[in-house]
Amino acid sequence: MKAPDFQYCCPKTIDEVCELLQSHGSDARILAGGQSLVPAMNLRLSSAELLIDINRVQALEGVSLSEDGSYVRVGALARHAQVAASELIARHVPLVHRAMKYVAHPAIRNRGTCCGSLALADPSAEMPACAVTLNATLVLQSAKDGVREVPAREFFFGLYDTARRDDEILIEVRWPCQAAQSLVGFHELSRRHGDFAMVGIAAQCRIENGLVDSLALITFATSPVPRLSAQAQALAQGQRPTPQLAQELAQAAANELDPDEVAEIEIRRYQAAALARRVLSKMFQEADYAG
Amino acid sequence: MRDSQVQDITVTLNGERREFAVPVRRNLVDFLRHDAGLTGSHVGCEAGICGACNVRVDGVVVRGCLMFAVQADGRVVDTIEGITASGEAEALQQAFVERNALQCGYCTPGMLMTGLELVNSGRMVSREEIREELSGNFCRCTGYHAIVDAIEHVVERGRK
Repeated sequence: MKAPDFQYCCPKTIDEVCELLQSHGSDARILAGGQSLVPAMNLRLSSAELLIDINRVQALEGVSLSEDGSYVRVGALARHAQVAASELIARHVPLVHRAMKYVAHPAIRNRGTCCGSLALADPSAEMPACAVTLNATLVLQSAKDGVREVPAREFFFGLYDTARRDDEILIEVRWPCQAAQSLVGFHELSRRHGDFAMVGIAAQCRIENGLVDSLALITFATSPVPRLSAQAQALAQGQRPTPQLAQELAQAAANELDPDEVAEIEIRRYQAAALARRVLSKMFQEADYAG
Repeated sequence: MRDSQVQDITVTLNGERREFAVPVRRNLVDFLRHDAGLTGSHVGCEAGICGACNVRVDGVVVRGCLMFAVQADGRVVDTIEGITASGEAEALQQAFVERNALQCGYCTPGMLMTGLELVNSGRMVSREEIREELSGNFCRCTGYHAIVDAIEHVVERGRK
């Protein structure tokens, strides 16, 4: 099918975008890469009175290192392919670098954007999971309030529901640069390469003097928003990173999956536990080599 | 009902600067087929899944069904007609014929677009990686083996 009719505008500055959002509210939709919005419109699952095409807002382009070197900024127009090929991301945000190869298919990555994926908040998408794992900072702008920053762990409310208001645009995401003692892992299960994940795992772990100092273990695609395992975090603290610990943490995270949030809970728990065990074992092995 | 918004666009289409007036809701592949008369790009799922509509915009392969024509204003668009006429796709097209990498041919323009992007990247790729690269293009006839063969053949030849 074809998209239902809409009005179209193509502003050149962030201020213009904010003004349009301010005056049109929820009748307007932001068109960035369009790789989720346009299929939804074509399938008549979504519609808009006004499409605000941000593809010509130069200020939203690019991937860059912050002046103090603490984070990598990914602008709202940075395509997945650009982030995947970015040396800065590969060096400073290896979790996102690794996750990128699971994001959709080449032609989709050429057009789809990292920030678009975050703003949409699809439960099976990779970028929200990475953002929650690293607690990245999402930067929103509106005509009313100017710029505000929201930590990723406070950004995702539910299925396609985020802290972004209708009058706001997500202008960039700030990925914290990885500390030297940190390790990351990412894996997901899908029927076909590039398809939506059935179960996904993202993790970051800090090892200090041979012991786990902190662990963020995330399951995604099995709940409305990426789920940070509180149990795994508590269990891991101060422990030696052994294969047994990996098994224990994986099981703890899998047990936290909520049967009210995902169908076929038993198989999802089984898959999540297996996947998390693989991811953690590999990270702990790397810690062994490094330490 | 209000009138649909129409906008003037200028597109460098297969190397030629052309001007059109398009309704803003017209997607890129419909525009190419109906307004520009270039029917080589095919319409499959219209949801970004099948890859039959893959075309090149500013040098990168995108889904023709997931962009609106109005977004191509000022951009460079290459279709299967363009890359055939310029000879850019010749080696790959020849390999597709030799390896029987098409039967009905519906997916072929999209396959060639994706395959060419891979060949042009100059990357050293395994069969596995070619399959990953093609994961966003559906073929319902060949079972993909022959398509992977054809692309592998051209990638290998580029390496020598």
